[in-house]
Amino acid sequence: MRDAFYRLLDQLGEIGLLTVEFFRYLFRRPFEARLLIDQLDSIGVRSLNVVNLTAIFSGMVLALQMGQFLAKFGAKIYVSRVMGLSLLREMGPVLTALMIGARVGAGITAELGSMKVTEQLDAMLALASSPVKKLVVPRVLATILILPLLTVIADAIGLAGGLLIAVTQLGISADFFYTSLVQNITLSDLMSGISKAFFFGYLISIIACMKGLTVTGGADGVGRATTSAVVAASISVLVADFFLTKLFLTI
Amino acid sequence: MDGDDITPRGNGARPEEERLPFIMVSGLEKSFGGKPILRGIDLHVRHGETLVILGGSGEGKSVLLRHLNGLLMPDRGTVIVGGRNLATLDDDQLAEVRKEVGMVFQLGALFDSMSVYDNVSYPLHEHTAMPEEQISARVRELLTMVQLEGVEALLPAELSGGMKKRVAIARTLALQPRAVLYDEPTTGLDPLVAHRISVRMRELQEHLGLTSVVVTHDLKNAFVVGDRFALLYHGKIRVSGTADEIRASRDELMQDFLKTAL
Repeated sequence: MRDAFYRLLDQLGEIGLLTVEFFRYLFRRPFEARLLIDQLDSIGVRSLNVVNLTAIFSGMVLALQMGQFLAKFGAKIYVSRVMGLSLLREMGPVLTALMIGARVGAGITAELGSMKVTEQLDAMLALASSPVKKLVVPRVLATILILPLLTVIADAIGLAGGLLIAVTQLGISADFFYTSLVQNITLSDLMSGISKAFFFGYLISIIACMKGLTVTGGADGVGRATTSAVVAASISVLVADFFLTKLFLTI
Repeated sequence: MDGDDITPRGNGARPEEERLPFIMVSGLEKSFGGKPILRGIDLHVRHGETLVILGGSGEGKSVLLRHLNGLLMPDRGTVIVGGRNLATLDDDQLAEVRKEVGMVFQLGALFDSMSVYDNVSYPLHEHTAMPEEQISARVRELLTMVQLEGVEALLPAELSGGMKKRVAIARTLALQPRAVLYDEPTTGLDPLVAHRISVRMRELQEHLGLTSVVVTHDLKNAFVVGDRFALLYHGKIRVSGTADEIRASRDELMQDFLKTAL
């Protein structure tokens, strides 16, 4: 128990240090645009399918459940309003972050971890170049930039899924769904979700990088680090979501 | 073997520097997790010479080597390279030292997502403003130095162990370092390839005026590459000297070690 606590502190320390390094190298010339674009592609563009699928099914399930529940009170017409709120504020950013945490977090940790155990990170240092600059900065920056965009896409696709169910299963017209939605959700609902996505992007990528850079013990170690990166990223997204929600509701 | 393809180059040391050893280690101690690995190492490497650090597995040879380019920092003691105490340098100054002191890793440590060309040109892209034609000519020249041709487009996974090591040497030489650190350069290679690489290392050292430190437990090839030898045992240098001196040493462990090479 005590050991686990110390380990947690240790890892929080590592994350803090890596964050400082990240900002130090972020503003250092030359800016590695090529590497950033590669990461935007592999983290963002290639995650679209998984994000879209997650979003459409979550949207459809949400509409089914809400429709059923609200119908009991004769309040079926509120379905788009409820959906808009929960998707934009919560489910859009959180589900997207969880999927990206699993897909991208695991990828980053495995990649950096195997570079670490094969001494490629040391080789980079020995060639007077910096793994933080060449590997961490592009990955963290790309994830921070791309997650809000993916969240907006997930919001839209989720709502489209809800609309599909509302029209086909709940007997609500598309016009009504749309009007009720735009009349009741505000820009701050959308922005709240997008701001969360920035934080989630940072958490996922910095945790994954830290876990990768600190791998010890060969292929086995890479496997363990990858698993624990996904677990840590997912938990931290959920915990951060609570506090961010609390924060955004008060301001 | 031909050495014509190598451009001779001085080691760039100024005369007054020549008198001092290029690398000086004194009182170096290092522990990991409370376990002492190095317990007070003193050694020096003169300009243009090759020091071979011998020792069994797990004796901390690689740990010692990693102190010489600042990949590890001592718990106690000093490492001075070209007049600079590594522990007092900031990141940029350390990077300058690393451009002068290249390192060849045990399994090559080539970037496996990049082609041979991208690996060898990596330091050139990073640290020089050479135009691409010039870089590509230089990459070809470097690969010729290690007797490889036409492998630029291959990925590290497509190379044999010996080829990987030679590409790693070419990558390390790209920035024209004054010194090269070799971590187990012949381990895991068949005897013939190991010998060929050792001969090549010796030729490069002579032609380029390189100062080298080689960590190995392969005694046979150690004698091919080395000028001086040091036996690392239980965290200390137990015996050191030229080939003749260590052969003449009455140290029991050294003699045991020498017998294995026969």
